[in-house]
Amino acid sequence: MIVIVDYGTGNLGSIQNMGRKAGGEMLISGDPNVISRADKLILPGVGAFDVGMTNLRSRGLEGPLNDAVRNRCVPILGICLGVQLFTRGSEEGVEPGLGWIAGDTIRFNFDSNPEHAALKVPHMGWDYIEPTREDRLLKNLPPEPRFYFVHSYHLACDDALDVLTWTDYGLRFASSVQRGNIWGTQFHPEKSHKFGFALLQNFVNLV
Amino acid sequence: MFRSRAIPCLLIKGDGLVKTMEFRQPKYVGDPINAVKLFNDLEVDELMLLDITATLENREPDFARVRDIASEAFMPISYGGGVRNIGHARRLCHLGVEKITVTTAAVENPSLVSDLARELGSSTVIVGMDVKLDWLRRPRVFKHCGTKNTGIDPVAHAREAERLGAGELLINSIDRDGTQNGYDLDLIEKVARAVSIPVIACGGAGSVGDLVKATRAGASAAAAGSLFVFRGPHRAVLINYPSQDELRIAFQMIP
Repeated sequence: MIVIVDYGTGNLGSIQNMGRKAGGEMLISGDPNVISRADKLILPGVGAFDVGMTNLRSRGLEGPLNDAVRNRCVPILGICLGVQLFTRGSEEGVEPGLGWIAGDTIRFNFDSNPEHAALKVPHMGWDYIEPTREDRLLKNLPPEPRFYFVHSYHLACDDALDVLTWTDYGLRFASSVQRGNIWGTQFHPEKSHKFGFALLQNFVNLV
Repeated sequence: MFRSRAIPCLLIKGDGLVKTMEFRQPKYVGDPINAVKLFNDLEVDELMLLDITATLENREPDFARVRDIASEAFMPISYGGGVRNIGHARRLCHLGVEKITVTTAAVENPSLVSDLARELGSSTVIVGMDVKLDWLRRPRVFKHCGTKNTGIDPVAHAREAERLGAGELLINSIDRDGTQNGYDLDLIEKVARAVSIPVIACGGAGSVGDLVKATRAGASAAAAGSLFVFRGPHRAVLINYPSQDELRIAFQMIP
């Protein structure tokens, strides 16, 4: 059973819909006991970093998540704000993140670069990914995979080996990351047609 | 290479999808779920759903209908129509909607926009503006599905929406709606210049070239109804959408 963590933020219904289509047994829950029993986890999220972290803590979910991901190596997929919460912290707020990925979440800033002055923040729309390596999550994606993005902040990883795909938007940023049992995408696979379907199906089929 | 979005705009009336002309004469064009399935196959960038009678009938969104539509939509979707409080918006997000459009409520209860942005994130909030020229040919924001003139200037309204925390602005030109005579580029340019958040142009698109013109005028995305649901001079209903190659080539013409 894949538990979509409900911490009061995000488009949970979309992830459940696409996950079910991909053959997954999906359950939306914010109950620490249910999270402790999950085979796999998805941490979604839309909105502000501090709101997300504060909600995780006030609902007593940080402990069970840490235990699942760090001690029991339960596969987890963070999506959008979800993956940003994996970092140490964000320029958007002051709350410490979960700290599972060595790195920070920083804002797109094109002010110092007139060449990119026309680029809007948020980065909103479809964009391409450039994988750094083969990975179980990226298996058998249809040609020219593209995904739906909507974000003003992005990950800056200390260790380039954590970066699974790069995307260009004024600069090259980590559009997805992977370390051990931890995966995260800045883009929204649940809203990315056959490309996101293939990616979520890979996550559903991970053993 | 990043490309501006092309968004089919689907109008819901009762059980069906309709297409209007200058916000009037709704013509039935099909079943919403069937249309969404077709737009899935066509791999559209995003879908915009607007329930055009919810506010007029003073009712809340038809959640069951939205759930049925959203569960078939594997692309980002926005929903507008009858959203009057944060509870409505939360429920819609739970059903699989990414973005909430508020139009009449943004005029009547501006604090809803800031509440939505704070609770759900700016990127979830679209402020819609239905704009029509008044008798002095001044563009004015209308509410209640284009039936009531608020007297508000669109540029001022756009700035206020951005200040309140809207993540995007939807400009819908009532005079151009359904005409396929091209967008109100002057209006799009004025509004896009006044704000830094993305602007979605809507109303008047007759060709892919029109979509490109809207983005040249400053829009981040171009929405269209007739263009994607009709074909030919007799407006025969045919759900359609340009291929990725067509879009890529067209939008690369931007200097």
